[in-house]
Amino acid sequence: MRKYQIIKTRTPMPQQDPHERAHNFSEVALGYTEEMAIKEANRCIQCKTRPCVKGCPVEVPIPEFIAKVAAHDFEGAIDKIKEKNVLPAICGRVCPQETQCEAKCTLGKITGSRPVAIGRLERFVADWEQRVKDIGEFDEGTCVDLSGKTKVAVIGAGPAGLTCAGELAKLDYDVTIFEAFHKTGGVLVYGIPEFRLPKKIVQKEIDNLRECGVKIKLDAVVGKLYTLEDLEEQGYKAFFIGVGAGLPIFLNIPGIELNGVLSANEYLTRVNLMKAYDPSYDTMVDSGKVIAVLGGGNVAMDSARTALRLGAEKVIVVYRRSEKEIPARREEYEHAVEEGIEFHFLRNPTKIIGDEKGFVKEMEVIKMELGEPDASGRRRPIPIPGSEYTISVDLVIMAIGTRANPLLTQNIPNLKLNKWGYIEVNKHMQSSIPNVFAGGDIVTGSATVISAMGAGKEAAKGIHKFLQGKLDDS
Amino acid sequence: MGWKILSKKFLNNEQSVFEMVVEAPDMAKKAHGGNFVILRLTEQGERFPLTVADYDVEKGTITIVVMKIGKSTTELSLMEPGEEILDFVGPLGKSAHIEKYEHPVVLVGGGVGIAPIFPQAKELKAIGNHVIVILGARTKDLLFWEDKFRQIVDEVIVTTDDGSYGKKGFVTDRLKELMENKPLSHVIAIGPIIMMKFVAKLTNGQGDLPKIPTTVSLNPIMVDGTGMCGGCRFLTLDGQAKFACVDGPDVDGHNVNFDNLIARNSRFQREEHERLEKFEHECKLLAMADKAEGECKE
Ligand SMILES: Cc1cc2nc3c(=O)[nH]c(=O)nc-3n(C[C@H](O)[C@H](O)[C@H](O)COP(=O)(O)OP(=O)(O)OC[C@H]3O[C@@H](n4cnc5c(N)ncnc54)[C@H](O)[C@@H]3O)c2cc1C
Ligand code: FES
Repeated sequence: MRKYQIIKTRTPMPQQDPHERAHNFSEVALGYTEEMAIKEANRCIQCKTRPCVKGCPVEVPIPEFIAKVAAHDFEGAIDKIKEKNVLPAICGRVCPQETQCEAKCTLGKITGSRPVAIGRLERFVADWEQRVKDIGEFDEGTCVDLSGKTKVAVIGAGPAGLTCAGELAKLDYDVTIFEAFHKTGGVLVYGIPEFRLPKKIVQKEIDNLRECGVKIKLDAVVGKLYTLEDLEEQGYKAFFIGVGAGLPIFLNIPGIELNGVLSANEYLTRVNLMKAYDPSYDTMVDSGKVIAVLGGGNVAMDSARTALRLGAEKVIVVYRRSEKEIPARREEYEHAVEEGIEFHFLRNPTKIIGDEKGFVKEMEVIKMELGEPDASGRRRPIPIPGSEYTISVDLVIMAIGTRANPLLTQNIPNLKLNKWGYIEVNKHMQSSIPNVFAGGDIVTGSATVISAMGAGKEAAKGIHKFLQGKLDDS
Repeated sequence: MGWKILSKKFLNNEQSVFEMVVEAPDMAKKAHGGNFVILRLTEQGERFPLTVADYDVEKGTITIVVMKIGKSTTELSLMEPGEEILDFVGPLGKSAHIEKYEHPVVLVGGGVGIAPIFPQAKELKAIGNHVIVILGARTKDLLFWEDKFRQIVDEVIVTTDDGSYGKKGFVTDRLKELMENKPLSHVIAIGPIIMMKFVAKLTNGQGDLPKIPTTVSLNPIMVDGTGMCGGCRFLTLDGQAKFACVDGPDVDGHNVNFDNLIARNSRFQREEHERLEKFEHECKLLAMADKAEGECKE
C-alpha cells in the first residue's frame, strides 16, 4: 500500500500581479500547470471517510478524480468529475470551496495544515479538457436527430437551466432553452466578471450542450412572448423554470433616484454582458473617481473590482457587519484587498446627497455595532446614534441582494409561491403544477452556482420520472 | 437568426422620423398598446427600447416609429428592408389598461409620441369608446399618421407649435379647450417628458378644471426591460422608486416626479454626445471613402 506523507502547505496558484491586474479584465488566477496539479493532487491522503464528497452539493467523486490527476491520467479525471458535474471549468472557478468540499477535507483538520486545493484541481482538469479537445466553432446542423422525442422546455439559461437541459438531453429528450437575454449563461455572463470567469469558458460549456442537441431560443421572455400554455400548444410536455432571482434591491434611503446610484446588476450587466469596458462597444457605464459599493458578498466584490478596473481612483466597500461576517468567497475578498480596495466595516449608508444637476456628490454613513445573533446566526448590526458622517463619492453601487423576479411567476396561474415570491417545490423539484419543475435562485433565493446546478440536475431526474409516469406524489 | 425588416418609410422631409415594419409573428400575437420592444442592432450595439406603434396578428408584424436621436437610432435608420435586426425582444412592459368609459377618452400624442398612442386608440375604439385624438408637433413636417388616425377614431385635432398646420399652439391648449367643453373620462399622453408633465398638471384637478385620470408613458434609460437592473427606475410623487419597464411604461401621470425623470434621462448626455459625434465623423469618412472609390472606378 502506498504511504502518504502529510504536506501541510498548498501548491500556490499563479496569479496576475495585483497592480497590473487592477487595470485589466484578464483572468486573475492563471491556473495550475501539469506539474503543479500533480504536486497538489499528491497531497490528498485518499482517506477512507471521503468527507469532501459530502461537502459537495453535487457529490463529485473528489478523491477518485484527484487520484487520477496524481497518476497523470487527466482524461480519467475529467470523466470522473463529469459523472456528477457538467460545468467543472465554471465550478472550479466560482464555487465557495472553503465552505463546501475543502471545509471538510481531512488534511485541513490537521493543525497547521491546509485542505487540498480541490477547486484549483477541478479547474485544472476542466481547462485541460478544453485545451486538448478544442472543439472549435460550434457547427449548427451537426445536430442530433430529435424526431419523435418528447419535448421539454427549459426557461432561463443560467446554471440551473443549463444543467437541467444537459441532463435531459442525455436522457434523450428534445430540449429547448428559452432565454430572455441575447446570450446564454445567466449570472455567469451578465454578473460574474471576465477577470474571474472568462466568458469563452462559459461559451464552450454551452457549445457542449448544443452538441448534445439542446436548442436555444434567445430573446424569448417567457411570460411575455409565450405563456406556458402557448408552449404546451407547441408540444412541450414538461417545464423547468430556472429564471434566477434577478430583481435588484435598493436601500430605502433618500437619494436613490440620483444619477450615479445604480444596482450592481445594472453596473455588472453594462460591463460584462454589454462589454462597456471595451471602447468598441456602444453601451455606456457611469464613471467616477470615488466609488462606493454597498454590501459584502460576491456581488459587492465583483462590482468593486470592476470599478477599479474601469479606472476609479478609489473604491470603498461599505459593509454593515464586520470582516468576519463577509459572505463573499474568501479568495475574492483577499484579491480585492490585494488590489487596493478599501473596506469600511460596520458602516451603513443613511442618505445619498446629490448636486444641483441630480448627480451623486456625497453619502452619509452611520457607524454600526454588532448585537445579538439574528435568525441567520450572524450578529445583528445596530446603528450607533449620532455617529453619522459624510464621505465624497461619485457613484454608489448597491450590491445588497436581489429578490424573486415576478415577471414569469405572476403569469402562471396556480403556481404556488412562498411569501417572498420564490417557487415552492417538493424533493423532485416539482412545483404545485405537476408538469412544472423549478430550481436555482428562483426557488432558494440568491445562492450559488453549484447549488443551482444541483437543483437543475435533480429536476431533470424528476421530469424524467414524471414523463414516464413514475413520479410518486410526495 | 434575426428579425427581418419588411419595410421602412421616412415620415418627414427632414428624414428624422421613420416607420419600420418588422416580421415578428409570435410577438405580434401578444403585443398591445403600451408595450415596448428592446432592440440590439449589432454585436457591439447597445440595448435600447422602442414603443410598439402597431401590430398585425395576421401579417405577423410589429411596427415601430423611430426618431433619430442617438447612434443606435441613426444606425437603425440606415438599415433597409430585407436586413435583419439582431435582437428584437418583447413585448415588454404592462399592456395599456383598456376599458369602456362613460365619457370620451382623449389621447394626446406629441412628436414621435404620436405613434405609440395609435394601438391604444385602436383598442379603445374597438370596445366602443368615443375616442378623441390630439396630434401635436413642432411644425407640419414633423406630423404624421393623421389619416391613419382619421380612419379609426371619432375626432382628430391637429396642432403645431408654429401654426404651419392645424391650429397654432400646444397640445395642452387643445386639451384645455376640450376639458372646458365636455366631460372626459380619461386622458392618455405620450410625448416629450415636458409635454406629459404639463398635460398631467392640467388634468390633476388642482387648477380650475376637473380632475381627469391621466396615463403617461415613461421612456427612461433601460438595459434589460425585464426588471432586473433598476436603471429604469422613476420616482413617484410620494417618493417611491418604481421600475418603468415592469411597473409601466404606462403609469399614473398624477404620481410621477417628472423633474427627476428629466434629470435621470441626462445620465449619459455627455457620453452620448461624444459618441454620436464620433459616429457621424466615421460616417463622413466612410462616405468620403465610398466617393473616392467611386471616382477611382470612373
Ligand atoms: C455578481 C455575482 C457574483 C456571483 N458570484 C458567485 C460565486 O462566485 N460563486 C457562486 O457559487 N455563486 C455566485 N453567484 C450566485 C450565482 O451566480 C447564482 O446563484 C446562480 O447563477 C443562480 O443560477 P440560476 O440558474 O438559478 O439563475 P441565473 O444565473 O440568474 O439565470 C437565470 C436566467 O434566466 C433568464 N430569465 C429570467 N427570466 C426569464 C424569463 N421570463 N424568460 C426567459 N428567461 C428568463 C435570465 O436572463 C438568466 O439568464 C454570484 C451572483 C452574482 C450576481
Ligand atoms: S430596464 Fe432594467 S429594470 Fe427596467
